[in-house]
Amino acid sequence: MAILDVQHIEKHFGPTKVLEDISFSLEKGQALAIIGSSGSGKTTLLRCLNFLERPDHGTISVGGNLIFDAEDPATQKEGEVRKKRLHFGMVFQSFNLFPQYTALKNVTLAKELLSQERPDFKEKKRQILEEIREEGEVLLSRMGLSDRAGHYPSQLSGGQQQRVAIARALALHPDILCFDEPTSALDPELTGEVLKVIRSLAEQKTTMIIVTHEMAFARDVADDVIFMDGGVIVEQGPARQVIEHPREERTRQFLARYAENGGA
Amino acid sequence: MIEFFTSSTFQTVLSALNSGFFKTLQLFFITLIGALPLGLIISFGSMSRFLPLRWLTRTVVWIIRGTPLVLQIIALFYVPGIWKWFNWPSGEGGRMMAVCVAFIINYACYFSEIYRGGIQGVPKGQQEAGQVLGMTKSQIFRHVTLLQMIKRIVPPMSNEVITLVKDTSLARVVSLQEVIWMGESFMKGNSGIAGLVWPMFFTAVYYLIFSGIVTMLLGRLEKKLAFFQ
Repeated sequence: MAILDVQHIEKHFGPTKVLEDISFSLEKGQALAIIGSSGSGKTTLLRCLNFLERPDHGTISVGGNLIFDAEDPATQKEGEVRKKRLHFGMVFQSFNLFPQYTALKNVTLAKELLSQERPDFKEKKRQILEEIREEGEVLLSRMGLSDRAGHYPSQLSGGQQQRVAIARALALHPDILCFDEPTSALDPELTGEVLKVIRSLAEQKTTMIIVTHEMAFARDVADDVIFMDGGVIVEQGPARQVIEHPREERTRQFLARYAENGGA
Repeated sequence: MIEFFTSSTFQTVLSALNSGFFKTLQLFFITLIGALPLGLIISFGSMSRFLPLRWLTRTVVWIIRGTPLVLQIIALFYVPGIWKWFNWPSGEGGRMMAVCVAFIINYACYFSEIYRGGIQGVPKGQQEAGQVLGMTKSQIFRHVTLLQMIKRIVPPMSNEVITLVKDTSLARVVSLQEVIWMGESFMKGNSGIAGLVWPMFFTAVYYLIFSGIVTMLLGRLEKKLAFFQ
C-alpha cells in the first residue's frame, strides 16, 4: 500500500492556477524527485503536503488514512493540522534554522516541546530530555557534524546549515521527508556534501520527496520522477526513463534546455 | 568652592532636586512597566487579520503619535473633570496618576510600532520552520520569534527609552513636582530661596547621569544578544 496518496490537488492564488489536478502516490522507502522550471508549482505542491498552503481541491492520504480533504472542513482543524504536519518533514531551500540556538538545540527543540505533551513528562523529565539530546547528537554525527553541535547557524557554512536542517527534520521521524530545492541556495562547491547526505538517506530507504534542479542527482537517487510544468504533472515514471528517455515533448524540451545550460 | 557645597543653600537645593528626581524616576519606571506590555498588545491589534480591530488600533496610534504628548497630558488631566466623568485624586498623587496614564498610552503607541517592525522583520521562514516541526502558535512566538524580535528592537527601543528619560520633564505642565519643576522653583521662590538660576541648569546633571546609565545597560543587552545573527 502506498504511504502517500495525493489525489486531484488544485491550488489557486487569486485567479492564478498554481496547481491543477495533481495526483501521484509514493511507496514506503521510495524516493520521488520533482523536476520542472521555476514557477511550475513544485514548491507549492510540497507546501500543500506540509499544510503551509491549503489546497482548494483534492485529498491527501498517508498510510491509508485520509488526512486532508478540501471538501471536508473536519480534516482541516487547526489543532489536528499541527499533528498531521508531523507525517511530513520539511527541508527548506533557505535552511530556516533558528539563529539563536546551537546546531544541537535546533535539532532537539521541537521534540522537547512535543515531549511536554507526554503524560509522563513531569516524572521523567530529566530522562526524556537526556534521550532527546542523545538522539540529536546521533543525528548530527550521521550528518558528519559531531564537532559542530555547539555552533550557532551563523558560524556554519551553508552546506553545514542545510545538514543541520536535515537532522532537524529527521528528529521527528516523519513518514515522508520533503526537500525543497535543498541545494539551490548553496555555492556549487557545497552542494556535494548535502547531496551525499540525501543519497545516503535514500540508500537507507528513507521515504522522500525531493524538489530539485540537479538532474543527474534525481536520475541516480530517485526511484520515480515527476516532471511539472505550468502547475500540471506532464510526465511521471521511473527516474531513469523520464530523464533519459522522456515520452513527452515538453519534458524533452526542458531537459534539453537544461543540458545546454550545463545542468545535467 | 568647598564652602559652596557645604552651604545650607546647596544642601536645601540638592535635597529638593533629589526628591524631584525621585518623582522623575517613578514616572520613568511606571511608564516602562505599563507601556512595554501594553505596546505589545497594541502591536498585535495593529497586525490583526480582523480588519475593524486593525483599523481601530492604527487610528488610535495615529492620533497619539500625531499629537504632542504635552497636549495629551493636559487633556487627560483636565478633561475628565471638566466633562464631569470623574476627578483625579487631589494633590500630587492625583497628578502623578494622570501623568502616568498619559505617558503609558503615549509610549505604548510608539513601542507598538517598534514591536510591529521587530515581529514583521523576522523572516517568515522562521515561523514556517516552527510550523512544520509541529509547534503551536504560542510555542513559535515564545521559542522562535521572541528572541529574534527582541534583538531587532533593542536599538530603536534604546532611542525611545532615552527620549523617555527627558520627556518626563513634560509632566511639569500640570505642576507635577519632578526635577525640572523643582529646579525652576528656586527662581520663583522655594524654602525662602528665590532668584536662584543655577538649580534649574543643575538638573541637567541628573539627566546626563541617568541617561548614561540607561545607555550603558541597553548597550550591554545589545552585546548580550550579539551571540547570534
